[in-house]
Amino acid sequence: MTSAPYALELKDLRKSFGKTEIIRGASLAVRAGERIAVIGPNGAGKSTLFNLISGRFAPTSGEVLLHGQRIDGMKPFEINRLGLSRSFQVTNIFPKLSVFENLRCGVLWSLGYKYTFLKFLADLHDANDRADELLRLIKLDRKRDVLATNLTYAEQRALEVGITIAGGANVVLLDEPTAGMSKSETRRFIELIKEVTVGKTLLTVEHDMGVVFGLAEKIAVVVYGEVIAFDRPEAVRADRRVQEAYLGAQSETHAA
Amino acid sequence: MAYYEFKPYNVGRWAVWSLFALVLAVAPLVFRSSLAHTMLSQMGIAIVICLSYNLLLGQGGMLSFGHAVYSGMGAFLAIHALNLIGKGTLPIPVSLVPVVGGLSALAIAAGLGYVTTKKAGTPFAMITLGIGELVFAMSLMFPEFFGGEGGISSNRVTGPKPLGITFGPQIQLYYLIAVYTFICTALMYAFTRTPLGRMLNAVRDNPERVEFVGYDTQKVRWLAFMISGFFAGVAGGLAALNFEIVTSEVVSGGKSGAYLLFTFLGGATFFFGPIIGGVLMTLALVLLSEFTKAWLLYLGLIFLFMVMYAPGGFASLVMMNLRVASFGRLKELWVSYLALFGTALVAFLGGAAIIEMLYHMQLNAGAGSQLEFFGATLDVNGFNSWFGALFVLVTGLGMFESTRRQFIVQWGEIQEYIEKEMKRRESL
Repeated sequence: MTSAPYALELKDLRKSFGKTEIIRGASLAVRAGERIAVIGPNGAGKSTLFNLISGRFAPTSGEVLLHGQRIDGMKPFEINRLGLSRSFQVTNIFPKLSVFENLRCGVLWSLGYKYTFLKFLADLHDANDRADELLRLIKLDRKRDVLATNLTYAEQRALEVGITIAGGANVVLLDEPTAGMSKSETRRFIELIKEVTVGKTLLTVEHDMGVVFGLAEKIAVVVYGEVIAFDRPEAVRADRRVQEAYLGAQSETHAA
Repeated sequence: MAYYEFKPYNVGRWAVWSLFALVLAVAPLVFRSSLAHTMLSQMGIAIVICLSYNLLLGQGGMLSFGHAVYSGMGAFLAIHALNLIGKGTLPIPVSLVPVVGGLSALAIAAGLGYVTTKKAGTPFAMITLGIGELVFAMSLMFPEFFGGEGGISSNRVTGPKPLGITFGPQIQLYYLIAVYTFICTALMYAFTRTPLGRMLNAVRDNPERVEFVGYDTQKVRWLAFMISGFFAGVAGGLAALNFEIVTSEVVSGGKSGAYLLFTFLGGATFFFGPIIGGVLMTLALVLLSEFTKAWLLYLGLIFLFMVMYAPGGFASLVMMNLRVASFGRLKELWVSYLALFGTALVAFLGGAAIIEMLYHMQLNAGAGSQLEFFGATLDVNGFNSWFGALFVLVTGLGMFESTRRQFIVQWGEIQEYIEKEMKRRESL
């Protein structure tokens, strides 16, 4: 790891789609090893923020720094190789590959196999061991050879997280990992996320406040494309601006 | 099925590959006519082409309408190489001419493929179509290289003759093709089990996610495109040796269409599907076209039914029945299959009689109003022939539909049983 003070830093990040500015000067500085929950009303720009950080979209202006290195405008695979990985709100796996193959696809680049076609997968013991280890970690070892498309929804969400952490990235972004899960599934899943992201810098978009307080050490509140507060949960809860903006925006959505 | 095995030897795989080699070796001894040897040679070539096409379609989800560019350009460069060998300016043995075809197609695929594989999905298909047309148009514009209307011809009996092998007799050339077919098939199968091969599957399934696990999808597609181009070029080189003539037809859209069609018929979802496809392609192009003038129509109908009822091709039909057999339920289906086949045959006879009569009216009117059809004499001016054919067709279709409905119920019941059985075994 570099000597940069922050694992991930956003500086006055902006993104416009046509004339509409979705992200309007978001700034955030996350230290290595911190667990952050990103919250905010619907349409506040949380997912867009993740898309900008992970390279899915290029920002209109502003900077994104990963361990002090600028990554804004880079392609997703370049950012991934630098140690930042993300999951998706809508399950984004390889449906016609087995669970094991899904995980192994996530592992290959980080172990340096790149585009080789001169080695057999079966001989890559480190990749296979790592994929099997991940399989146990996300508790899908009994489903090893099942096609990903045939998994239950909760299992697919677990696989989604499994692929995300497979490459050993030290900054992990999870976009609503528990979306669509039942209460009990969510509780188990949060424990799983905690377990698999030990020692990593974690940012999670989350709607469920129970999850937010269970998982995060700090909360970033995004409203109208800006980070209006970033602090410990108690402090954020007490913040008047947050209460106003957040509750105001929420009553707006309810009215709509 | 697990791809990652701890067993040092996989007996099943050894058996399958040995059997494949044996079939290649013994086939010309069983089918001894010269027509059979010609067809077997063409089958080998077609197998390599269809497998190379499926590297794109089945493995990488790339629907190419221009695969003939690579097999065809491979063929042209191979035949030029053969002519150079004849002149004594190229010091390589004739048996390596297909490799020349492969390497030149690889170089062309590297250039054209770089542009093509920038995009996936529909834009990819459109670009391949455009490049296919471009190359075909060019083939008519540069007669020095493409030989114009007459094409480029050559003579494969040239250069050094180790152990007296001249490749003059078809049987000698067949064995050269068989060796290439076996090696190419093995190499392409091996490719599916390498990191790049697996990432190509991942790109097919979900290109977006691939970008987020560190891979450049364009590069994966490009590399796969080059490898596919190489094997297509090898097949083109084999074809150049086989026919000793290459015309601009080999880069035409029609050829590309045939590769697509037969790869699909064989089955793109399984590695061995295109092998079936290659065999079918040769049978259709050589035999079916001898039997009837309406062969393209029949081919179109088969394709249509396949897309509608068995989009996985023949390979998926085989695999589905193997699955049923592995659960011990295939025996009950025998009667149904017999009934399906019988009724389909009746419907086919009726339909084919009508098609043949129509073709006879349009193309052979000068030869009188009567034609032979499977031993029966049909008269295109007679009411009885038309009524009879229609009656057979409608009866056949009716019976087929009713057996098909029964079969669907029975099939569904067996599949349900298999699902349950698998769940039960899983929870053990």
